[in-house]
Amino acid sequence: MTIAKLLLVDDETAFLDAMKRRLTKRNFEVYTATSGMDALDLLSDEGEKVEVVILDVKMPGMDGIETLAEIKRKFPLVEVVMLTGHGTVPSAIDGMKQGAFDYLMKPCDMDVLVAKVGEAAAKKRRHEEKIIEARMQEITTRRA
Amino acid sequence: MSSQDIDRNEYYRSLKRNIFLIVILVSYIPLIVVSSGILYQMHAIHQEKTRIHLETLVKKHKWNIDHFLRERQDNISFIADSYRFDELADSARLAELFRKLQTTYGHVFSDIGVVRADGTQVSYVGPYLLESAQYNDAEWFQEAFQADTYTSDVFLGLRGFPHFIVTARKYKDGQPWILRATVDFLAFNDVVENIQLGQTGFAHIINRAGALQTRTAGRPVSTESAYLALFQKANQFSPDQIQSGTRQAADGTDLIYVAGLLKENQWALVFQQDLKDAYRDLNRTRNIAILVFGLGGIAIFTMAVVLSKGMITRIAAADREKEIMNQQIIESGHLVSLGELAAGIAHEINNPVAIMVEEAGWIEDLLEEETFHESENLTEFKRALTQIRKQGIRARDITHKLLSFARRSDSIIDRVDVNDLIREVVSLSAQQARYNNVEFESRLDEDLPAIQVSQTELQQVLFNLINNAIDAMDKRGGVIHVASWSNGDQVLFHVKDNGPGIPEANLHRIFEPFFTTKPVGKGTGLGLSICYGIIKKMGGEIKVESRVGEGTVFEINIPIDVRGATGAEPPAPVAKHAP
Repeated sequence: MTIAKLLLVDDETAFLDAMKRRLTKRNFEVYTATSGMDALDLLSDEGEKVEVVILDVKMPGMDGIETLAEIKRKFPLVEVVMLTGHGTVPSAIDGMKQGAFDYLMKPCDMDVLVAKVGEAAAKKRRHEEKIIEARMQEITTRRA
Repeated sequence: MSSQDIDRNEYYRSLKRNIFLIVILVSYIPLIVVSSGILYQMHAIHQEKTRIHLETLVKKHKWNIDHFLRERQDNISFIADSYRFDELADSARLAELFRKLQTTYGHVFSDIGVVRADGTQVSYVGPYLLESAQYNDAEWFQEAFQADTYTSDVFLGLRGFPHFIVTARKYKDGQPWILRATVDFLAFNDVVENIQLGQTGFAHIINRAGALQTRTAGRPVSTESAYLALFQKANQFSPDQIQSGTRQAADGTDLIYVAGLLKENQWALVFQQDLKDAYRDLNRTRNIAILVFGLGGIAIFTMAVVLSKGMITRIAAADREKEIMNQQIIESGHLVSLGELAAGIAHEINNPVAIMVEEAGWIEDLLEEETFHESENLTEFKRALTQIRKQGIRARDITHKLLSFARRSDSIIDRVDVNDLIREVVSLSAQQARYNNVEFESRLDEDLPAIQVSQTELQQVLFNLINNAIDAMDKRGGVIHVASWSNGDQVLFHVKDNGPGIPEANLHRIFEPFFTTKPVGKGTGLGLSICYGIIKKMGGEIKVESRVGEGTVFEINIPIDVRGATGAEPPAPVAKHAP
């Protein structure tokens, strides 16, 4: 049983590899994507499974903020943690305003990252539970 | 450095000289042209006026004298016409006539007599005993018998006293006789002697031989008759013509003379005066003008000196200001591009550092596995990995600072009381200051308005400045003076130390990122560039002044009612006014 299912999005494959290895070792199920488009494709395919997206802000092509907006539009329940180089703190804050769960500075401490992802996953699950509860209630009230 | 100063001083000296010369030239040339022009005109006009005045004078007197002579002539001619020879030869009758003459004309005639063709005076009335005097040898007698009327030159004659005579010739039985009268010399003299002007102007009469016909009241008159030329020109002029000119007297003084011919060009009335005397008024005016010119010249000279000195001081001050400004402009341009470069580098370095740190972390993760627990170098691996991570974090911190210099960071804008901030930072630094024997002095303006800035950022600036000041003074100690004040639009504060100062070569580089004079590992060289970035962001200015051996002062100003132009938050649409 994994702690959570993650999608790592970053244009640096070396960084992706290292992170994937470390996170996998910490009992996370890790998917990776090297661009915003890839991430969205992957979410469409495996949408149900991914709970938390770790998204680099600065990427060529579709950048982190645009990707975030798309994810939030198509998959509103998926939590997103922004990962930023230092120069892009303001855009990370923009990201928070657009519904990101939190942001982290790169390079980040693994324990902090694990904690953040855990919180994000928990929040997502809470949301899902509530939705399920609501649906159940709906069904039960309908029956009644 | 010093040679540059010498060049500059040389430049200012030559500039001062040029300004001085220009002022002098521009002031003096018109002054000289105008005053000499006026003086020349005045001189010419005055000369002309003097000449005309003298000519009028001489003309009038010439007419008077001519009139006087003609009148005397007419008196005698009238008597000779009116009486017969026999009547006049009778001394008693002549005496009666003479008396009448004197009652009518005053003592103009001193005596009267009748002379026959043989030169014997047949009758005589007068103060001298000249009855039966013989005149046939006298020069006047020869000439008198040639003409109907005759007026002689002045001569001594038998009486040994200067006089001249007037005669009228008549005939009795084909024999000519003459009535002669002596004109009282004193009476005649008065007419001429009364013509006096100034101290040296006087008139006299000469005859064709150049002999004086009047007294000159002891004044020197050229005896060799410088005026004889007057008679040579006589024919070219009408009788009323007045001649004038200047000449040099024997003793070298310049004279002006005006002359008119009298008595059918036999005599000349000459008025002469020293030029100096004649132009006395003019000369006085000229002297006043020269005095005024001299004083004006001195005033202009003084003004030129003062003006050029003042101007050079101003120019030098303006040059210095311009230089400082240029330096600031160069610096800010410099720093912007450096900031961008630094941000770019920080970004590019960040990713590889992140990967390295993650890979090191991965190895650490792997070392946790049991297979490695027996490895004898396990602790050494762990130590090395910890070091790699530590250095990675250090690299990250550096890029952090770099980026906060180059970019805006997410600071919260708040109302900040600069005085509180200063007190806080000073108290935090007090411990370190004590180790370095540094004392704090502060002069804070208690009425300082609050400003809208990021507290943490301003704190960082103050920390940097105060720490730099403490570091600058080493262990030798010193005083750090912190002051705050406001000029209405801005809040200003400064941090002043009396440390060793910053050499000029370094002064314009201190805000550059990575510029440091501290030993490797002690300073990143980012402190002041971060301060610079922060203060610029707040819309303020940071200035530095330093003198080697005297100390350094950093002065900062921050506008009161303008918020940091571009913070993390979008700028407010309306500028907030500090309460």
